Amino acid sequence: MNWEVVIGLEIHTQLSTKSKLFSGAAVGFGAEPNTQTTLVDLGMPGALPVFNKEALRMAVMFGHAINAEIGMSSVFARKNYFYPDLPKGYQTSQMDHPIVGKGYLDVMLDDGTTSRIGITRAHLEEDAGKSLHEDFQGMTGIDLNRSSTPLLEIVSEPDIRSAKEAVAYVKMIHSIVTYLGICDGNMAEGSMRCDINLSLRPKGQQEYGTRTEIKNVNSFRFIEKAIYTEIERQADILEDGGRIIQETRLYDPEKNETRSMRSKEDANDYRYFPCPDLLPVVLTQEYVDGIKATLPELPSQKAARFQSEYGLSEYDANVLSSSRAMADFFETANTIVADAKLTANWVMGELSKLLNQEQLEIENAPVSAKAFGELLVRIKDNTINGKTAKDVLQAIWNGEGSADEIIEAKGLKQVTDTGAIEAMIQTILDANAAQVEQYRAADEDKQKKMIGFFVGQVMKASQGKANPGLVNPILTKMLKG
Amino acid sequence: MSIDKQDVQKIAHLARLALTEADADQYQHSLSSVLSLVEQMQSVDTDGVEPLSNPLEMTQRLREDIVTEENRRDAFLANAPQTEAGLFLVPKVID
Repeated sequence: MNWEVVIGLEIHTQLSTKSKLFSGAAVGFGAEPNTQTTLVDLGMPGALPVFNKEALRMAVMFGHAINAEIGMSSVFARKNYFYPDLPKGYQTSQMDHPIVGKGYLDVMLDDGTTSRIGITRAHLEEDAGKSLHEDFQGMTGIDLNRSSTPLLEIVSEPDIRSAKEAVAYVKMIHSIVTYLGICDGNMAEGSMRCDINLSLRPKGQQEYGTRTEIKNVNSFRFIEKAIYTEIERQADILEDGGRIIQETRLYDPEKNETRSMRSKEDANDYRYFPCPDLLPVVLTQEYVDGIKATLPELPSQKAARFQSEYGLSEYDANVLSSSRAMADFFETANTIVADAKLTANWVMGELSKLLNQEQLEIENAPVSAKAFGELLVRIKDNTINGKTAKDVLQAIWNGEGSADEIIEAKGLKQVTDTGAIEAMIQTILDANAAQVEQYRAADEDKQKKMIGFFVGQVMKASQGKANPGLVNPILTKMLKG
Repeated sequence: MSIDKQDVQKIAHLARLALTEADADQYQHSLSSVLSLVEQMQSVDTDGVEPLSNPLEMTQRLREDIVTEENRRDAFLANAPQTEAGLFLVPKVID
C-alpha cells in the first residue's frame, strides 16, 4: 500500500531570559543542583508567582515573526499531574487563550520547493525540574534548577508530509528564534526539544490515521531518523492488518528505534483550569505594535535581500541566511572583498568544509570574518590562486598569522610576470617535443583537451604559483608556434 | 446528577488520595450533591457572557527580568527528609 505520512510538531523553546518565568531565580544551564531555586519554584505553600515581562515580550516577538494573531488577553492555566520534579503538582501553562494564536511559516526544501506549514498556537509555560535516576541510596535525586524556566511551546498544524519537511521546518524555527535572540538554540543542552506526532493513512484518504507521539527529540538528525523509523514501524503494523495504539513513545538514537513509554491510561487526564494565582495578561495595541517595530531582519527577508543586493542565487542566499552568525560572517567578509559571489562560494565551500571537519559552529571558527575577507582579496587581485588559497586558509585556521603574512612567509605569491611565465613554458615545450608535435597535428576540438597536459606541467614547474589566467593564453599562443 | 464509586476512586487516584470504602461512600454522596448544584446553575442562560478566568477585575502585573533571589539551597534542603549531593531524594520513580 502507498502510505502518506502526516506529521505535526510541538517544539519547546527555552526563552533566554535572565530570571525565571514566575520567580526571581537565575536561569542557567549547568549550575550546582538546587542553587537556582526559590520558594515559588519549590511550590511552597503561600508562595505566589509573578510573571516575567521579558518572557512576554519574547513571545509576542515570535508571534510577529510567524505572522500570527497575538492574544490580547491571555490566560494561564494549571495542567495537573504528579511527578517529583514538579513539586506544585501542576505545571503553569496556557490552554484556551494562548499568547500567540494562528500563524504560519513558509519552509523551503532542498529541491527548491516551498511549503506553507500552519502554526496552531504558541503558548508560554514553565519547565519542570530534573529527575536523576542514578542510584542515590536506591532513591531518585531531584534538581529543581530548571523548574519555572520559561518555555514557548510552538504547536504546528498536521501539515508536514515528510521527514525532510519536518527537519526543514524545525531548522526554520531554530533560525527564527536565534535571529530574534529569544532562544540560544542550543539543542544539546535542551534549549530546543521537539515532540513528533505522526500517523499514516492510505494515499488519497481524507481522515487521519491513529497517531503516536515521540517525546523529546533533541537534534535535527534524530528528528529525521526518529520519523523514518516510526514510519517504518507503523507501516509494518498496518501492512500486517494490525492497528496503531495511540501512545507516547521514546526515540533511542543508539538502537535507532522508538519504543513505548510505560504510561498509565489516565496520564493524560490533566484537568486544566485557569490558574487562580495569575490574572489575565492584557496587552494594548500600542505595546504589540511597539514590539513589531523592533523586529530584526528575519531569515526569509535576509535571503531576499542577499538576492537583490548581492545578486546571489536563491539557493546560496537561503544557505547563507539560515544562521544569523553565518549571514553576519558573509556580510562582514564581503565588505572587505566586495565580490559577493566569491565570498559566498568560499563561505559555503572551503570554510564550511573545515567547520564540518572540526564540528564547529561558524561563531566559534578560529578564522575571523575580517581575516577571511583579507584572504579572499588576495584571490581577487590574483596574488594567489584558489588552490594556494586553500592552503593559506588552513594556515590561518592553525593560527599561523594573517593571509598576507602567510603568503609572504611561505613565498606563495603567484608569478604574474609574463616574461617569467613565457620562459617557463618554453622549457616545458622543449622537454615535451613529441607532445607538442601531436598537439600541432590535432584538430581544434582535440587541442582543447590536450592543452590540459601542458597547463598541468606549467603549474607543477611553478609549484602552483603561476597565474592560470595568464598561463592559458600565453600557452595557447606559444603552442601554435 | 450522580457519580458512581468508580468515578470517586478515579478522582481520588488523580489527586493521589487514598480513600477507605467508607470515605468513598461519603464522597460519592457529597460530590453528587455538588454536581447537582452545578446542574441547576447550567440552566441559566449564559449566551453572550464571556467566560470568567478570574473573579478579580484586574490584570496581571509584570515583573522586570532581574535576578532578585540568592542561593538558599541549604535552607531549602534542611526541610527535606533526605538529601544527597545537593539533591532532594524521593522514592525511586522510573517512567
